[in-house]
Amino acid sequence: MSFFEVEEIRKNFGGLMAVDGVSFRVKQGEIFGLIGPNGSGKTTIFNLINQFYPLTSGDIRFQGKSLKGMKTHQIAKLGIGRTFQVVKPLKRMTVLENVMASAFVRVGTFEDARSVALETLEFCNLMDHRNKQARSLPIAGRKRLEIARALATRPQLLLLDETAAGLNPKELDEAINLILRIRDRGVTIIIVEHIMKVIMSISDRIHAINYGRTIAEGTPEEVANNREVIEAYLGESYA
Amino acid sequence: MKRRAVILGILVLFFVLFPWVIRSDYYQHLMILAFMWVVIGGAWNLLAGYTGQVSFGHAVFFGTGAYTAGLCVTKLGISAWWGMLFGGPAATLIGLFIGWVCFRLRGPYFALATIAAGEIFRLVAINWESLTEGMVGILIIQTFRAKWPYYYLAFFLAAASIFVFGRVMRSKWGFYFVSIREDQDAAESMGINTTLYKNVSLMISSFFTGLAGAFYMNYMAFIDPEVVFSLHYISIMAILVGIIGGVGTIWGPAVGAFVMVFLQETFRSAIFGLAPKWVSESHVLVFGLLVIFVILYLSNGIVGDWPKIQGLLGKGRKVRRLEERG
Ligand SMILES: Nc1ncnc2c1ncn2[C@@H]1O[C@H](COP(=O)(O)OP(=O)(O)O)[C@@H](O)[C@H]1O
Ligand SMILES: [Mg+2]
Repeated sequence: MSFFEVEEIRKNFGGLMAVDGVSFRVKQGEIFGLIGPNGSGKTTIFNLINQFYPLTSGDIRFQGKSLKGMKTHQIAKLGIGRTFQVVKPLKRMTVLENVMASAFVRVGTFEDARSVALETLEFCNLMDHRNKQARSLPIAGRKRLEIARALATRPQLLLLDETAAGLNPKELDEAINLILRIRDRGVTIIIVEHIMKVIMSISDRIHAINYGRTIAEGTPEEVANNREVIEAYLGESYA
Repeated sequence: MKRRAVILGILVLFFVLFPWVIRSDYYQHLMILAFMWVVIGGAWNLLAGYTGQVSFGHAVFFGTGAYTAGLCVTKLGISAWWGMLFGGPAATLIGLFIGWVCFRLRGPYFALATIAAGEIFRLVAINWESLTEGMVGILIIQTFRAKWPYYYLAFFLAAASIFVFGRVMRSKWGFYFVSIREDQDAAESMGINTTLYKNVSLMISSFFTGLAGAFYMNYMAFIDPEVVFSLHYISIMAILVGIIGGVGTIWGPAVGAFVMVFLQETFRSAIFGLAPKWVSESHVLVFGLLVIFVILYLSNGIVGDWPKIQGLLGKGRKVRRLEERG
């Protein structure tokens, strides 16, 4: 039984096969990269994993348990956290309140939620912002808030959707550092990223898709040298 | 924190002493209505202001509570005070049913569904004469001739409701409610069962509104469908109380209740008899203008925009200048 397993999943959006028979397995403790050009179906795969959309066909299993037919909130409780590519801060709550709200998924009292949230904010370097309204955070802060909120639910598997997009080089390094520290805490990570530098440097293995279909899987070097991957990213002339 | 406790103490003292100082039945009556609206406005605010599920149908719960108390007398032959026990739970049951139907819809569609629910209940209450006596209404005999027992009961209900709403909002439920208001998809992905907690919010909200309805039956001793199931007098008034005072704040609806009862009475009595009668008929228009004003200039209500109001009155400016100096 693998830790996390996606088997022949398909998603049909009224005729458009956004995901068309993708399969992969993720080992506990690894950082698993998911890459592909814009519109290739990466976010849709995340939305299928946490059941924002029902699967058209195929199956997704977490620790041997099928997620099919579950509700999104049940999947979070099961131990799968996610961030959104288009960030969704709870705008009229403070940063601390944002993270407390998700901490309540695991603890019962105000004090416990507060201490879990503070610890998480510390870990994500958001302490200085804790009393700000989430809507007043700049983009880098919002991306980290997404991560903090997901972490406060104590996930075993974390899905990160383009958390490095829109960051400057310094923020990028911080983001990479944060992701590695999350992994060191024993959280398994599936990361979707457009920025090659990020994904190539931190992933243990990478799965590449294009037009909703798998084109390659392997170590970062293997995938980077794969002909189809190069074509997909740079166009045929470069291959 | 300490200053708050002092202000709270003074407020409580003021309200406790009020009937001893102001002996007029008329002013005590207005206070009783204001307390009742504190409860309803707070209940509406829990669902609409904090959970983001805007209801135009709170008359359903108010009317259910009121009729529960009335039916205790006409159908069961027991005191209408039993309604204080059964009115809340009855309204909660109705709330569960409405939630089951209406929470399939989001945003404005939910609001529209609650208008429909309100109208359905009003029409049922008018036409199911064997149960409700229809438009004839229900008349009971008041327990007390004096106002003060009602005054203290209403004051207790208002204080208790503020206390409960405050506690709820500092608990897990409160955090979940606001998360749902801010972003349902984010809330779900954080592990919050949004459907369940919308219903929890609606249940608490309908319970307190039903309780207020049962109190109304006992106090006014007369109800009919056009009053207690009224879109205008109950559902819209609940919204006005919330908006004027400040949605998504604990004290907003409490302030809004006093402002609205005062305004309503001012216009109902045509500025206490000083103005011509058409003034009393224009109160709907005035309320409309008031809402426009509040939305334009005090979009967070009196309590939500308190710092802004202080700024206009000069106090805030002084504070700001001090900060600038260092
Ligand atoms: N809710 C939706 N309804 C219809 N089409 C969608 C929906 N979500 C995504 N798509 C389409 O599915 C394809 C994959 O999108 P997406 O998964 O967001 O790509 P990526 O994250 O890899 O950039 C795109 O063509 C997109 O337009
Ligand atoms: Mg995407």
